[in-house]
Amino acid sequence: MAEIKKVLDVAGVSKRFGGVEVLSDVSFQVDKGETICVLGPSGSGKSTLLRCINWLERPDAGQIYLNGERIGINGAGIIMSDRDLSQIRTRIGMVFQHFALWPHLTVLQNLMEAPVQVQKRPKAEVRDEALALLAKVGLSEKRDAFPAKLSGGQKQRVGIARALAMRPDLLLFDEPTSALDPELVGEVLVVMRDLAREGMTMVIVTHEMGFAREAATRVLFLDRGRAVETGSPDRFFSNPETERARQFLQRYAGDIANGRR
Amino acid sequence: MIHDFGIVWNERALLLSGLANTAILSTLAAIAALLLGFVLTPALMSKQRAVSRAARVFVDGMRCVPFLLFAYIVYYGFPSFGVRLDNWTSGLAALTIYNAAYMAEILRGAWVVQPREPIEAGIAFGFSEIKLFRRIILPPLLLSAGPVIGNQMIQIIKDSAFLTIIALPELTHAASSIQSRHYVPFAAFITAVFLYWGLCLVIEAGVSSIGRVAEARR
Repeated sequence: MAEIKKVLDVAGVSKRFGGVEVLSDVSFQVDKGETICVLGPSGSGKSTLLRCINWLERPDAGQIYLNGERIGINGAGIIMSDRDLSQIRTRIGMVFQHFALWPHLTVLQNLMEAPVQVQKRPKAEVRDEALALLAKVGLSEKRDAFPAKLSGGQKQRVGIARALAMRPDLLLFDEPTSALDPELVGEVLVVMRDLAREGMTMVIVTHEMGFAREAATRVLFLDRGRAVETGSPDRFFSNPETERARQFLQRYAGDIANGRR
Repeated sequence: MIHDFGIVWNERALLLSGLANTAILSTLAAIAALLLGFVLTPALMSKQRAVSRAARVFVDGMRCVPFLLFAYIVYYGFPSFGVRLDNWTSGLAALTIYNAAYMAEILRGAWVVQPREPIEAGIAFGFSEIKLFRRIILPPLLLSAGPVIGNQMIQIIKDSAFLTIIALPELTHAASSIQSRHYVPFAAFITAVFLYWGLCLVIEAGVSSIGRVAEARR
């Protein structure tokens, strides 16, 4: 049997904003090829957790390892320089809620910018790969368009392709469909489902319960900054262990019944 | 009156060399002020209080000094500290330093209203420090601030007229020497005004082409 490789190890991460504890002692691990969906009520710290992984937010306590390498703190135990941190960040792709495409660059240039400028890979090779990625997300004909001319769903598909162009070891999704009109959510979820099937390692913060149930290998339920429950989606959705998770799911079920989701 | 303009026409070589000097001076100062602004703006936005405070003091200080006085200080005042510059160098330095403060403030204003996420995406994708500013932060700033920067360039052209007081042979200086030699003040100065206006039209053409580039991305 092939060895299962741990890609991400989050150990005891805590974060406060002012006096408020947003994350307290959160630990979880992600194996290669896993799709972890992080669920929980708004304000439970999901996005902060995601942003701590690549140190967009600096955790107050705890350790984060990517393929065994500590993020943010170097061998001497001190905080990494921006340059060293940037090196590690190039191995973690990120997809943002509001797409965060670079407005001055075309779609193709958005995909090529970081691989060429930061990873210093040969332009021709990056371009070929970027064109293939655009074909994969169904946007080949938009390669010379500027982001402002795209629909939300198209923007987010570009956002995903841009992250993939980095050839990342890990992909982070921060509520990738929350800013989309309901009819555009599907086209983005299709792309994400394909990635899950292909064995991309992903951590996805989402409110799309249907997607989590179907595509996640595991769910992580956060509540008030704590990792309350983790397990297979089947078990979590049909038979959650904790009262909080049960209440959370009931509220969602209520929303669905009332046509709000 | 026609006769007066005839005199100005006869002195056209002087006037044109003044126009050329104004154009060269303003272009160099605008480029240098913008480049200096590129350094000052990140300093204004710096998270290190000492850096942002120092930049703020400089920018606010410059903006409160009348340009004429500042040009006097650079040309007549600096020699007291052993810094003696010729009129071209001190004129260019005064125009550049003075307007760099405005450029920095213009770019800062454009920066604070930019959405945060694209910059965060730059950081998340491994951009940092100078490369983050140059590749990710600055281009959208230039596109959105383009018209205001163009406006400041027009201001630079007009400020350059003050440099006649340090005997810099620019357009106002040329018009002024024509009028004193032949006593044709209206004809000499109105001709200079139209030449300034022509320069500003060139800037405005440049601004509207930036506008078209920006529009495609909006």
